[in-house]
Amino acid sequence: MQPKNLSDHSVLDKSVLAPAAQPASVLDDSVSADAVLKDSVLKEDFALKGRGFKPRRKYRKIDRGLSRCGRILAATRMQPWLLVWVLGANLGQVCAAQDIHAPTSVPAGEDTHFTTTGSDKATFYLVGPGVSSKSDVELAQGVRIPAQSVRNAGNYLAILCSDTCRSATFYVTPAQPATLTLRVHPSRVPVGQNDAVSGVALPFDQFHNLVIAPYEVNFQLTSGNSSVMSRAVRTLSGIAWFRTSSGKNTGILQVNAALNAVTSRRAVQQVASDPCNLRIKGQRTSKGIMVETEPVRDCSGNPVPDGTIVTFTASSENTKSSVDAPIKRGIARAQMEAPGATTISAASGVVMGNDLRIGAQP
Amino acid sequence: MKFVLPIILVAATLVLMALAIFGVGQSAGTVGIATGSAVPGLGSKADTSEQALGSFLTDIRRRNWDRAYSALSKTSSVDEPSFIQEWTGSNGSLRTFSTLETYEARPLHATSDDAQMRVRMRWTTPVGPVEDVRDLNLKHEGDVWKVVWPKFTAPTVPAQVIPVNYLRWDLVNGGADDGWGSRNVDAPRVRIISMNAVDSSEGAVVMGEVVNEDTIPAFVNVNATLVDGAGKAIDDESSFDKIAHVLLPKQVSAYRIDFPNIGLKNVKNVRMDVKATLVPASADPVIGVMDQKVDPDAQGKSVLRGQLLNESGQTVNIPHVIASFYDNNGRVIWVSDGYVDRALLPQTSEPFAVEIPKTLASKVQNFHVVVNQYSLGKS
Repeated sequence: MQPKNLSDHSVLDKSVLAPAAQPASVLDDSVSADAVLKDSVLKEDFALKGRGFKPRRKYRKIDRGLSRCGRILAATRMQPWLLVWVLGANLGQVCAAQDIHAPTSVPAGEDTHFTTTGSDKATFYLVGPGVSSKSDVELAQGVRIPAQSVRNAGNYLAILCSDTCRSATFYVTPAQPATLTLRVHPSRVPVGQNDAVSGVALPFDQFHNLVIAPYEVNFQLTSGNSSVMSRAVRTLSGIAWFRTSSGKNTGILQVNAALNAVTSRRAVQQVASDPCNLRIKGQRTSKGIMVETEPVRDCSGNPVPDGTIVTFTASSENTKSSVDAPIKRGIARAQMEAPGATTISAASGVVMGNDLRIGAQP
Repeated sequence: MKFVLPIILVAATLVLMALAIFGVGQSAGTVGIATGSAVPGLGSKADTSEQALGSFLTDIRRRNWDRAYSALSKTSSVDEPSFIQEWTGSNGSLRTFSTLETYEARPLHATSDDAQMRVRMRWTTPVGPVEDVRDLNLKHEGDVWKVVWPKFTAPTVPAQVIPVNYLRWDLVNGGADDGWGSRNVDAPRVRIISMNAVDSSEGAVVMGEVVNEDTIPAFVNVNATLVDGAGKAIDDESSFDKIAHVLLPKQVSAYRIDFPNIGLKNVKNVRMDVKATLVPASADPVIGVMDQKVDPDAQGKSVLRGQLLNESGQTVNIPHVIASFYDNNGRVIWVSDGYVDRALLPQTSEPFAVEIPKTLASKVQNFHVVVNQYSLGKS
């Protein structure tokens, strides 16, 4: 079959030869291709190629594909109107492609709606802290994310896939403080100790996310009916803390932390400190020597708790006897066997008491 | 000719059987595990005091009480049940869980009519091997030697009511629905108040004292890690049973950590670690340590001996004594421990003795004894 005229043939010859020698010229001269690539990175990349730059790797395939199409058209002697029709169809497909628009941040535990472009059905993936879900969506209706899917604060990734995949990231922020976790250390503290009591408050929302936004926490320490300390501390990175000295009297130290209407309470037991002025008295009995302490108190006058061990030691000329006796009802007592002249001493922990000298058994 | 070999074999067998039946008790020494007759009832007569004692202790080891009791001298004023109870123990004492493994006897003096033997008995017990040394008298009665067994008087406790202001600490654990940190109870505060590391004949030893500074009881364990010059850990060990684990408030206990076959010359540093956990505990029983004194024992070794007096109303099944010894600077130079193999009944006392190494005996200026106790049915 002969061509209708030579000019047409010559045009086709040029187009067949041109891509082999200068593949970029096909795109540079093509109005349709230029329209498709308008306002896109592709345009810049391919335009640069004509001036001696190499396109990015991801666009080389497209470049080669279009060049191949040109050669096929030339080889099959396709009419220019067919080329325009093919390019138009491609343009329609590109215009119909999906996209997703997500807000930069979303409050935890709230329903969220993402707008999408496109008209087909697509698959929506949501990946976040402790969350991974997949659902079918209509692009025309957008994507609704239920509240239970965004309960955990942190970075999320939304992916929308039909022919191709588009993604968007967003951040779920903690909700309003709903609970206040209060840690107080220690649970027991001797009286009269400097900087011995410390507490840390951490606000959490109803989904157990640490609320990082700054809030003011009021710490109040009370012992009995008297206030020991009151202090307002602003949270820093979700943490507010205090440190204070223990009181002078034994008993319960109430620690109260309040953030608006949210409160939390803890108790610290203030216990007696080491015994002070440990004094003993004793007398001979038929069984030996009965020795006992006076009521054992610390230096603040608080009674030392029952069960505290007092070690009595009776030293005579050749032998020694010792008894570890617990304080019961404030007094520790022990029965010692020492027939001769004896010196009895008492100690509780590292605290020593007085010495007691008792003569030999008559 | 064909009968020669069978005849030789039969003859050799008979000779060996005869040796086995009659020969062992006579030819063996006085080390216990190999002595005794192979067939009951066919034992040889105890012609010597060593044989008599060997046969007697073998029967004890085999718990052949009737034969052992029959080997006692007529002068022994002990009945068979008391004799058996002395060997088998009672009241859940350590002896009730023990087995005589070996013994070793040597004569102290001997005449044609009587002899005195020193017996070193090695018992296997749940707390490890325990050695017991006793001096036994033997008498020549008729043509055999018999063991004179001293009268054993088991402590008897009269019926009585002992008033006790019961004092104990119970531990209530929070439920599973507790909020984080809402019901925490801190571990007891425990502090090491002294530490000393020395070389001994069996390796390095780290010892010292630990105090419970808190107002609640603590279960305490002390660990030590030996570190070389490069900062590398050589070995780590714990105090195991060389400590009174349950410390009541303000109570002090000695601890000792043994590092067998390690010399201190390679050790640059010792890392100490004391772990304390909150446990339920009782302030009773109170055990007094009476008449403590350091003096030489029958073998010439320095021992700290005394009496444990149970001042409470409950039986202590296995008393455990831990003694710390101090030099004239108040520094802990040794820690010894020992178990008492008899139960400590209420208001009664039992003797104890712990050994002091010969090299340190002269340096000991003071000592302190704590009594650990294990009672059946209690943790």
